[in-house]
Amino acid sequence: MDRFLFTFFNGEVMWEYLPKILSGMWVTTYLAAFVIVTGLALGLLLALLRSILSQTMPAPLSWLAEAVRLLIIFFVDLMRSVPPLVLIVLFFYGLPALGLDIAGLGATWLALSLVLAAFAEEIYWAGLVAVAKGQWEAARSTGLGFLQTLLYVILPQAIRLTIPPLTNRTIAITKGTALGQVVAVQEILYQAYSGLSFSSNPSPLTLGALAYLALFLPVVVVGRWIETRFAWRR
Amino acid sequence: MTAIDRPILEVQGLRKSFGAVEVLKGIDFRLRERELAFIIGPSGSGKSTFLRCCNRLEEPSSGAIRVDGTDILAHGVDINAVRRRIGMVFQSFNLYPHMTALGNVTLALRLASRKSKAEATDIGQAALARVGLAEKAHAYPGELSGGQQQRVAIARALALEPKIVLFDEPTSALDPELVGSVLQVMRDLREAGMTMLVVSHELQFARAAADRVVFMEDGVIVEQGPPAQIFGDPQQARTRAFVARIDGHR
Amino acid sequence: MSDIIALFFNAEIMAKTAGFLLDGLWMTLLLCLVVIPVGALGGLAVAVLAALNRRWLNIMLVIYVDVFRALPPLVLLIFVYNVPPFAGYRISEFEAVVVAFLLNTSSYYGEIFRAGIESVGRGQREAARSTGLGWWQTMAWVVLPQAVRNVLPDLVSNTLEVAKLTSIASVIALHELMFAARSAQQATFNYSPLILATVIYFVLLWPVVRLLSRLEHRKIAAR
Repeated sequence: MDRFLFTFFNGEVMWEYLPKILSGMWVTTYLAAFVIVTGLALGLLLALLRSILSQTMPAPLSWLAEAVRLLIIFFVDLMRSVPPLVLIVLFFYGLPALGLDIAGLGATWLALSLVLAAFAEEIYWAGLVAVAKGQWEAARSTGLGFLQTLLYVILPQAIRLTIPPLTNRTIAITKGTALGQVVAVQEILYQAYSGLSFSSNPSPLTLGALAYLALFLPVVVVGRWIETRFAWRR
Repeated sequence: MTAIDRPILEVQGLRKSFGAVEVLKGIDFRLRERELAFIIGPSGSGKSTFLRCCNRLEEPSSGAIRVDGTDILAHGVDINAVRRRIGMVFQSFNLYPHMTALGNVTLALRLASRKSKAEATDIGQAALARVGLAEKAHAYPGELSGGQQQRVAIARALALEPKIVLFDEPTSALDPELVGSVLQVMRDLREAGMTMLVVSHELQFARAAADRVVFMEDGVIVEQGPPAQIFGDPQQARTRAFVARIDGHR
Repeated sequence: MSDIIALFFNAEIMAKTAGFLLDGLWMTLLLCLVVIPVGALGGLAVAVLAALNRRWLNIMLVIYVDVFRALPPLVLLIFVYNVPPFAGYRISEFEAVVVAFLLNTSSYYGEIFRAGIESVGRGQREAARSTGLGWWQTMAWVVLPQAVRNVLPDLVSNTLEVAKLTSIASVIALHELMFAARSAQQATFNYSPLILATVIYFVLLWPVVRLLSRLEHRKIAAR
């Protein structure tokens, strides 16, 4: 037992690496926050755009709209079928070659934001479609325009429908910040892993795992609560 | 033409097809100011489609529709402005579930009619009072009974001071004991001189309150006239068959 | 422009490394073949145990599920791969992936199956029990078939995520598709193998994404 504690919960080693893990927690936190903001905002924008493009319109314009609509769907499908790790590595090496000097942090942020945007677009879109047709008709019958109806009547109802699936998906993708370790983003896992190689003791990894639990366990519990609270009416 | 005879709604040669199926096969119809007309007919006869063409929720295939003198099918017409003058009440209420009763009533006042918040609130409260729900202004649709929800929906239409209100089976989704309160509101509206076009199965109400009953079948108006004529002495064989059938059900 | 094509879309290099990547693809497929059924069965066990409705058991299950949903899969994998040697056991890369994925995916599958079981009305159980079926019989023959059907989109969605997740095995140098692509990239000083891997993942998983899109919309339409 003593040996077990000495190996996995070595207080001395943990104390030594605590500052590094804490700085990793800070990186993980702000990286996650940026991913959530850009991902959800871009996803919403795409869903609204798709909704607007799905309107009937005169011929030459409708071809353009259809092309952009298909482009959005292709983007969403692509981001849903390629593993985030592949995207992170691709951006990390690829974008600098295109003249965009983007560090590991930027590559991770961009990749995860795009993946979250794709999933969010799909969820928002499903929510927009799910709002009953009668809501559109009622609003339009009182003289509201298409955009007014979309923003004031349909979107608020759609958002409510999308909160549970969106929460879970956001949590899952946010945990992907750990993938940044592969491109040397100094988040928790990177710090814990380098601590492991440096000290030849797994305690930094244990500490890293605890740091992740401290950050994400409350989020998972809140997500569980939201899921029961806003459950889809079946 | 005296003022009282002024047509609020004029429909000429209205046709509507869904793909290859022609649902309306040439409708000619005039509704005078302050008139309450009832449209009856078997399901699938095109009643609701006709109603929905009158504010272009359905786009007519051909024909002409004028509301209060405005050609609503004209190129470049501001359909949203037109719709503010045409109220509509739906079978399934279609209240916005995320807004209070007052919110439902004032949304279009604020966004489409560009009223100030205070002004919209005053008008909205007055409209809710008209349907007897002043005290429910801050209730959400989920907290209201079906009859109350439908009355809020009527208030939503009235708040815009429409020239005409279209009712699309307003009581069909209601439990029988709640129908009365909605019909009472419609009766009050008639007393106040509102022009109304109603698709409904409430034949008792039609007999008592309608100025005119219109019988539709297979996308055409078969016969129209005062309720006494349509229910008591129908001229057309198809009308007779329909009236006999519904009488048999009672 | 031609630089970019030479660097990212180099047909010659793609042709040269394709065989190497295909070797990796086989390992990716093998991983999916092992990891998905193991995770799904683990999740099924979690959900059925939860349906037993034993207070302490349920608390344990919720802790298990939430802890392993809170830990990023890559953290789990690195932990599982690096820690056993300190306890004197040298774990293989493949074993580490299977164990880490079991912990992670059984939690996700478990939540989905649990929601599915809860979606089946009490009347179904009562009807089955009233005909003399036992608890396990009712679960196996009446509840689970309906539960699976009710949460089919979520099951497919999670399976897609697991398939994509196998790419993290590259971090502990298991020779699957992603690892092959990175090795080929480092050997050729060219990014075309990465693009090729992206295309392979897309071609492989795109049909699943399309299917999922349709299932999800049907689920909404059926509300």
